[in-house]
Parts: sequence; C-alpha cells; structure tokens
Amino acid sequence: MNDIQLPPIDYAALLPMLIVFGLACVGILAEAFVPRKHRFAVQATLTLAALIAGLVTVIINRDLEVTTIGGAVTIDGAGLFLQGIILVLGIVAFGLIAERRLERGGAFVANAAHAADSDGDKKQLNEAGATEIFPLTLFAIAGMMLFCVSGDLLTMFVALEVFSLPLYLMCGLARRRRLLSQESALKYFLLGAFASAFFLYGVALIYGYAGSVQLVAIKQSVLDSDKSGVLLAAGLALLAIGLLFKAAAVPFHVWTPDVYQGAPTPITALMAACVKAAAFGGLLRVFNVAFETTSWDWRPVITAVAMATMIVGSILAVTQTDIKRLLAYSSIANAGYLLVGVVSLGGAVGSSMFYLVAYGFSVLAAFGMVTLVRDADGEATHLSRWAGLGKGSPLFSAMFTIIMLGFAGIPLTSGFSSKFALFSSAWDANQSALVIVGVLSSVVLAFPYLKVVVLLWLNPPGDETPTVSVPGYLTRAVVGVGVLATIVLGVAPSWLLDMVNSAGTFLAK
Amino acid sequence: MDGYLGSYATLGILLLVAGAFFAVAYTANRLLRTNAPSAAKSTTYECGLDPAGGDWAQAQIRYYVYAFLYALFAVESVFLFPWATVFDALGMITVAEMGVFVAVLALGLLYAWRKGVLSWTTA
Repeated sequence: MNDIQLPPIDYAALLPMLIVFGLACVGILAEAFVPRKHRFAVQATLTLAALIAGLVTVIINRDLEVTTIGGAVTIDGAGLFLQGIILVLGIVAFGLIAERRLERGGAFVANAAHAADSDGDKKQLNEAGATEIFPLTLFAIAGMMLFCVSGDLLTMFVALEVFSLPLYLMCGLARRRRLLSQESALKYFLLGAFASAFFLYGVALIYGYAGSVQLVAIKQSVLDSDKSGVLLAAGLALLAIGLLFKAAAVPFHVWTPDVYQGAPTPITALMAACVKAAAFGGLLRVFNVAFETTSWDWRPVITAVAMATMIVGSILAVTQTDIKRLLAYSSIANAGYLLVGVVSLGGAVGSSMFYLVAYGFSVLAAFGMVTLVRDADGEATHLSRWAGLGKGSPLFSAMFTIIMLGFAGIPLTSGFSSKFALFSSAWDANQSALVIVGVLSSVVLAFPYLKVVVLLWLNPPGDETPTVSVPGYLTRAVVGVGVLATIVLGVAPSWLLDMVNSAGTFLAK
Repeated sequence: MDGYLGSYATLGILLLVAGAFFAVAYTANRLLRTNAPSAAKSTTYECGLDPAGGDWAQAQIRYYVYAFLYALFAVESVFLFPWATVFDALGMITVAEMGVFVAVLALGLLYAWRKGVLSWTTA
C-alpha cells in the first residue's frame, strides 16, 4: 500500500473561513438550545461578531500569498480582497436581515413549508420570524468566501453548493406574498440544480482532458496535453454555463427577475451584492488562472454573452413596472459590464473588483430603501405606487435619487468612476467593441433609472401613495452607508483604486 | 477504435445493439400477441389495489426526515470506511480530523432532535 501523505494545512490562511463556518455551526447549536425569547438577540450578535472577526482576520492576512491543503485553496491578493468585499457587503446586508422594526417579527416567516394561504400560513403572519436565517446567512457567506479562493474545480463546486443551498431556502421565507416567495425559491432551486449539474459535467470533461482539477494544472496541460481539444472546449463550455448562471448572464438570466422579486428584500439585497461578488470572483479566477492561455478559444463566445447580457438587461429594464424587477434587470445589465472585465483578463481584474464594491454598496442601499415604502400589505413595489413620493418624503426621495443617478453612471457618483475604470482597462486590453456596446447600453439603462427619479419628484401623489416607514437604526445605517459609499467612491475613488491595484491579481503557480 | 474518444465507440455500438434489441423484441411481441383492450387494463397498476384519488397529490413533507437521516449516515459512512483502514498509519491528527467531521454531522442530528423532527407523530 502506498503511504498517504497528508497535505500541509496553513490554518492562519484559512482562519477567516474557519471563523465564519465555525460560528455558523455555533449558530445552529444556539438555535437548538437557547430559549426562544433570547434567540434573536443571540443569533444577531453571533452573526455580526462572525462577520467582523472574519473581516479582521482577512485584513491581518492581507499580504499573504499561499496555496494550501494540497492546492484546494489559493489565498492571494485578489482572493483576499474579494473575501473582504463579501464580508463588508455581508455586514451591511446583515443590517437589512436583522431589521425587525419595519414589520413585527422581521421580514421572514417561521415555517417556509406551510402551503401559501393555508390556515397555518395565515397564523404565522403574526408570529416572530425564523432565526435560522442567521446561521444560513453565515453559511452562505462562508461558501462565497471559499468560492473566491478555491484552487481546484471540485472545491469550487463544493463552495458553490454551500452558498447556493442556504440561498434557495432563504428565498422562500418572505413574510408577505408567500406564493410568490415559494415560487421563487422553487424556480431558483430547480434552475440552480441544473446549473450545478452543468458545472459538474464540465469539471468531469476538463478532468478527462487535463488529468487534474487544479486550476494551475489545467493551465499547464493546455500547453502540453496530447488529448483532444474537443474535451477541453466542451468542458469549458459546460463549466462556463454553471458559472454564468450564478452571475445572471444572458441567456442564463431568466431566473433573476422572478427570484429577485419573490425573495424577501433583504435576501435579494444579499444576492445582488454578495453573490454577484462571489460569482464574478470565481469567474475571474477560473478564466485568469486556468484558461488564460486558451483565451483565443473562449473569448469570442464570452464576448457575445457579455454583449447580449448588456443589451438584453438594459432594454428589458426599460419595460419594467415593478421596482424589484427593474433592479433585477439592472443587475443583469451590470453582470454584462462585469463580463467585460472577465473578457479583458489580467489588466481588468482590479477594476472589476472596484466595480463589485461600488455596485454592491449602491444596490444594498437601493433594496434597503425598497423595504421602506410600505402599505398595509407590506412593501409596495409597483412603480405606479411610487409616484409623488418626493412630496411627502423628500429625504427618502433625495437619497433614492442619488442611488439611481449612481446606477445611471452620472459623474461624481460611484457608478461613473467604476464604469470609467472598467471600460478604460477594457479599452487598454483592445476590447473596443465591448466598450462601445457597454457605453451605448448604459445610455439605454439610464432611462429606467431617470424614469423612477421623474416619478418620485414630478408626478403628483395619488390617493394610494404609500407611506415611507420610519426606518429602524439598522436600515437607516444600511441606507446611510450605501448612499455615502456611492458618493465617496464617485468623488474620491483613488484610494480604493490604489487598493485594488496593489491587491494584485490571482496567484497562478 | 483508438485514441482517447475512440474507446467511446464501443459504448456507441452497445447503444445501437440495445436499441435494435428493444425494437426487435417489441415488434415481435406486437406481431405475436392477441389484442383485446379493456378499460380495466388501462388503469394505473398500484400494487393490486384500486387506485384512489388523482395523480396530482402532495407528498407528505414528513418523508424528508428519511432523506435527511439517510444523507447524514450515508455520507458519514462513505468517509468512515476508507478512513478506518488507514488511520493507524497516519496518527492522531486524522483521528482528530475525523472527530471534527463526525461532530459537524452530529450537529445536524442534534439540531433535528431538538426541533422535534425525529418524532414521527407530532407535527
């Protein structure tokens, strides 16, 4: 029998993930043993502590570059920065998830499995929501952190499942509009399961080609393998389908509007900010490390996908009448802009990460404000109900206007600086066609945002205009941080640009 | 029949043979048998009982407990058996690691037990 060599494990490098995973497990124990009335306070504290401790350890590790557990995890500058983004955005999204002042018992129900509008379902409308949401959030965030630093495709697959499964569950927990919420959870689960299968089949084919699932070994085998290139091309195509599904790129975007609309708004915010960061972290790593040398093969396809994503996302956003669906299509179009960064490879990694930060903060603030516009049936998300909100709630409308202008890419907002950084690095990488499509589609995309602004200020308020709820401290903090980041990253983006540039790129050895 | 993908040709031939076998068997069956359809013959066969209710029934959510416990113990044993053959050569560190692994799975079981999932009758 051959001696088995245990791979060396660098616990310090893994510490951020170990903390978040470990405290998620503690959260499960708390759920089982802490008395019901203390559970919310315990879980919320635990979750916030886990996220902050994770962030602190990521910052301590900032100069680390190491491949550990036999190549399963690669900690490098870009990976650590992505982990940091996910944790920071996760902390902000936590504010929305833990908010219990807007609605008695929070935005979630206790039992997602009750059939919509059954007796049990009606009864739980007035009960306190599930506190399992906190360990689930931690598991999802830890999975995203692992996804960004996985050094082989199997670890990446496990991480993908670890962050997807909690999200499927959390989508079905909305307190209001139960049927829509359950529908979104089922759709997301079924389509996500298909995408996972595609991903896994792609991994199998690539293993057949390269004889390894490690990203660096795949890169090496591209240079000296004698296997048929069909295996590599087919494997890469299937792998890309799995990844592009999570990133919500056209034509794998159809789930996005339904899921974003049906899921509880705090979870939609978490998906739009953190999952986007994780999915593009994974995409950037796979294409930059494993397939950089084969870019001639995949570049035309991903370029076409990026163009389709930008165009379809922005055109369909124009036709939306529901604010959550509008933001969903805007998130699809933004996935297209980020794909420009993926196609441009090495030079655009930094500006892609900058874009993820800028977009993440703005989108969290936007969904945070969506939770505030309420009537007796919960959130009023139809755009016609938003007409004339500026009269009664000028501060709210002003802040929402800033976010919308940011999304539209008006100068002095983060939307402008991030798009400028991304497009200029794509231009330097000779992707001029993509840049032109990107600029034109962002002009189209500015229309729906400005339409909302006009609706808020210039339309007369109707009889049915809902009230803007007085936000609790947590939502107030989330919206404040999001709006502040949108302005600061627009006016003075250089410090963060320096940071992403000094974070460097992915470790490919 | 050589080359990396060439070995799949054998599989392709097997698929063709299987398809041909299926077609021949069913055609022979159709040619040889008598044909006497009746309403009773085209009902759903349900272990000899008369089928009751529609086919669009909701499954009892409780059955997920089976799946839950199965996954828990199956995953555990998949890793425990190979580990059991080599752990003495690798020292205490693998014992500790397996302890962590089993503890994480036990955590799920503990949670399920505290939530009353393991008792069949209470809702």
